[in-house]
Amino acid sequence: LALTGMAMADPAEDTLSVETDDGTIDFVTQTAAPEFLKGHLDTIYSGWLFREDETRALQKDDFDNPAMVFYDRGVDRWNATIGKNGESCAGCHQGPESMAGLRAVMPRVDEKSGKLMIMEDYINNCVTERMGLEKWGTTSNEMKDMLSVISMQSRGEIVNVKIDGAAAPFWEKGKEIYYTRYGQLEMSCANCHEDHYGQMIRADHLSQGQINGFPTYRLKDAGMVSAQQRFVGCVRDTRAETFKAGSDEFKALELYVASRGNGLSVEGVSVRH
Amino acid sequence: MTRHLVQATLLALAAATPAFSDTAPKDVVFEEGAVAQSLTGKPGNPEEGVKVMTTNALGNCVACHVVGALPDVQFPGNIAPPLDGVADRYSEAQLRGIVANAKMTFDGSFMPAFYKTDGFIRPGDGYTGKAAGGELPPILNATQIEDVVAYLVTLKE
Ligand code: HEC
Ligand code: HEC
Ligand code: HEC
Repeated sequence: LALTGMAMADPAEDTLSVETDDGTIDFVTQTAAPEFLKGHLDTIYSGWLFREDETRALQKDDFDNPAMVFYDRGVDRWNATIGKNGESCAGCHQGPESMAGLRAVMPRVDEKSGKLMIMEDYINNCVTERMGLEKWGTTSNEMKDMLSVISMQSRGEIVNVKIDGAAAPFWEKGKEIYYTRYGQLEMSCANCHEDHYGQMIRADHLSQGQINGFPTYRLKDAGMVSAQQRFVGCVRDTRAETFKAGSDEFKALELYVASRGNGLSVEGVSVRH
Repeated sequence: MTRHLVQATLLALAAATPAFSDTAPKDVVFEEGAVAQSLTGKPGNPEEGVKVMTTNALGNCVACHVVGALPDVQFPGNIAPPLDGVADRYSEAQLRGIVANAKMTFDGSFMPAFYKTDGFIRPGDGYTGKAAGGELPPILNATQIEDVVAYLVTLKE
């Protein structure tokens, strides 16, 4: 057993399964790291494994999972005729199941426009162009509810974000941001989530900063947090000027961070501390 | 015009009386990571040093370091070496250098530079996430650095 760099790492020994109406979903919460992480990480872990017993338990049962309220609220909005001319998401897309599989491959480069898209971009395209509404705030409640609905349609599917072809330049940019030491504290994502995961930074047990669980219900905030929002928080904590949620920089970063989780399960809506 | 003159006079005064003023972050002289001269010219206060080390908004050294001599600190981190016995391992000058800018001792260190004001990428205005308004003050001032050093030199085993 190789202990190089891993000796201090202590993700919980636990497995995640959730009973649903359609049967049991078994989640991959740890697996071999994708090829490009060779020399950086051998194994990738879901952030779920770094949380306390009670927090992990909340995610094992949909009745206990506080994020489900937001998912339900999102489903109501999915069906509501909120468009300028009475359009609804359901009117064009039928049930949310039509979105199955999408979350597992996002962010991605849109074939038609060549633009890097995060889920929020797709949603806002429809909200503005197809429903005639003002765009939703990137980290607004209606946006995060809808992210929850769409993410749940890929629950248990394996993250498989594309990093080559048209995605390559965006991915490279995201990678550069990941390893840049920002702010007065001069810390990069990698300093905390690659070099020191498993260790304690004051009271916080550092995870690998994976986003397979997002959007997540954060007990500390008593609300949903999207990946874009989390990035803002982590960069702010380095005493840096953050990038904005939804900026080109954070979109590229989301693609890169998502790809570091290629092989883990989409958790639908997760629970974190 | 007048304002510039006043400023120039003040600067001249400050330069003329270094013994009574703190060494500015840019003027700190590192020799192989160590800083021989006190930044204030006065001995630090070890009790204040403990406060700086354990207060989140100040040094928050315990975010990364355990200090066995401070068992009341809740949830110290374990990212960095425990500081017990650190005065046996380093001289006062070396400790001052590590606290002022650990990167001068440990290449590429994860430990933040506490007495440095430039060379940052996207420096922010504290923890607001907004851009810094101008040149940043160092995370700790000269007195706080000396207070921390005064405490560290007591950590013998
Ligand atoms: C100063 C240390 C630090 C830095 C730098 C940092 N983070 Fe974090 N991050 C944390 C802490 C602490 C948490 C909460 C515990 C955990 O999940 O690791 C966290 C949580 C996260 C999470 C949530 C993981 C989950 O499963 O809930 C993500 C995603 C994340 N960080 C991404 C990033 C990215 C991307 C960067 C760089 C832009 C970054 N972090 C920089 C400390 C840091
Ligand atoms: C008037 C019709 C219409 C409405 C209303 C509508 N959409 Fe869409 N949606 C589309 C079309 C058309 C596409 C593009 C399909 C394509 O380009 O392949 C699309 C694409 C999407 C995509 C990307 C899907 C993919 O697989 O690429 C998402 C996500 C999405 N819509 C979400 C929503 C949500 C959420 C709502 C409601 C808030 C909504 N849509 C409302 C017609 C609509
Ligand atoms: C974010 C993490 C972090 C913080 C905060 C931090 N340090 Fe450190 N410190 C380190 C690391 C990591 C090392 C090990 C040297 C290296 O490899 O970079 C270290 C090394 C040291 C050493 C040398 C220890 C030895 O035995 O070699 C001293 C002394 C020290 N730190 C003092 C402090 C003081 C005092 C503070 C607060 C004013 C502080 N540190 C804050 C991470 C940190």
